[in-house]
Amino acid sequence: MKHLLSTRDLGRDEAVGILDVAEDMADVADREVRKLPTLRGKTVVNLFFEDSTRTRISFEAAAKRLSADVINFAAKGSSVSKGESLKDTAQTLAAMGADAVVVRHSASGAPSLLAGSGWIDAAVVNAGDGTHEHPTQALLDAFTIRRRLHGAAARGRDLDGVSVTIVGDILHSRVARSNVWLLSALGARVHLVAPATLLPIGVTEWPATSGYDLDEALAEGPDVVMMLRIQSERMTAAFFPTAHEYSRQWGFGDERLAALRPDSMVMHPGPMNRGLEISAGAADSARSTVLEQVANGVSTRMAVLYLLLSGSRTGGEGEA
Amino acid sequence: MPARTVLQHADISRALTRISHEILESNRGPDGLVVLGIPTRGVLLARRIGDLLAGISGISVPVGSLDVTLYRDDLSRNPTRSPSPTALPAGGIDEKTVVLVDDVLYSGRTIRAALDAISDLGRPSAVRLAALVDRGHRELPIRPDFVGKNLPSSQAERINVRLAETDGEDLVEIAS
Repeated sequence: MKHLLSTRDLGRDEAVGILDVAEDMADVADREVRKLPTLRGKTVVNLFFEDSTRTRISFEAAAKRLSADVINFAAKGSSVSKGESLKDTAQTLAAMGADAVVVRHSASGAPSLLAGSGWIDAAVVNAGDGTHEHPTQALLDAFTIRRRLHGAAARGRDLDGVSVTIVGDILHSRVARSNVWLLSALGARVHLVAPATLLPIGVTEWPATSGYDLDEALAEGPDVVMMLRIQSERMTAAFFPTAHEYSRQWGFGDERLAALRPDSMVMHPGPMNRGLEISAGAADSARSTVLEQVANGVSTRMAVLYLLLSGSRTGGEGEA
Repeated sequence: MPARTVLQHADISRALTRISHEILESNRGPDGLVVLGIPTRGVLLARRIGDLLAGISGISVPVGSLDVTLYRDDLSRNPTRSPSPTALPAGGIDEKTVVLVDDVLYSGRTIRAALDAISDLGRPSAVRLAALVDRGHRELPIRPDFVGKNLPSSQAERINVRLAETDGEDLVEIAS
């Protein structure tokens, strides 16, 4: 694996392989010394053109647990036009000797531009680009689902037959896109639920089914319900009449929690708008995996950094 | 590729039995022993030694596995390796005598990595090393405490260890 730009190119075996390495990394968190010498002497740059708390901290913790050096580069407020600034920044980072660049950018495709540009030789990890993809989030979600379902026996398993319902702002969600490709590659059945205004036009081409009615979808008894954040920063038009109406129709409240199968899990990538897409009762219930997702995020990102940065860079096995 | 068999099933069994007796002799019994195998075939050998130790002494000895992949010093020189799980016995390794088990002892770099891994997992009172085959060519000041067979070899040769659990037969062969 040379870069991690999209979950679209990950096959089942490769994805299971990443999740298995993440299991090994998760074991490290239970030890007395929570640190591995594996990436000693490597430099990981967190290049964040867009606000983020948990993803940046998660990547930072992951890199530090593997003994890599971490440089945080918050490029917010840069007034240079995007193409220019990305090129200049990349060349600066290359001159500093970065081995991996973790990129978050508001423009879809910025990480693949960086990876394919030749400006920098480092491994590129997409940490969220516009409304395109957020592959490590999907990997950690898959990891969380697999761990909840299989516990200690999770190694080597895929998600065959697991039903996942993703609810909310599918249109603007890179988390939903990455999850649709990854979860379906792992064998899960993905169903999308959103107001008609928040379903993308090409959704019928995706390896997922879709609908508008949340209660109908919940009546099917899905194994996993994944709530998405309403991204007010990307809402440039009125997609639904009021927040209250959205919450009533597509929010995951206490009544919907009560109607859910007791062994189902409720996921949210965070940050949560409590009271809008998810109620406090649902977010804090035992069926919620929100905090597990945060913990698993570190393990999953350790696995990704390990797979990208160990191994000789010359024997490239192609992109993923 | 011509291959010459150097150890057969009976030879391997005898060597492991002798190693088990030597471990008990040097430890003055089974107390405080923890046997840790290095994946993949070291783990199988560690299980066999654990069974032998229990058979000889009548007391069961904890057995586990210790993955050293993430501690290797050659990660950036080789294609990416997938780690194997590390499984320590319930009692841990603090204040125990850890016997590391590997199939072939060669440069000593795997054992160096194992020692680093052990120090991150706890503080045993002693660490010993058992190897089924010692083929020489050490690159570090590391020596085994218990050896099944010393097998002087050229660096151009390959030593293949095959064990019944994964390979269907017990065999050590040398291939050039």
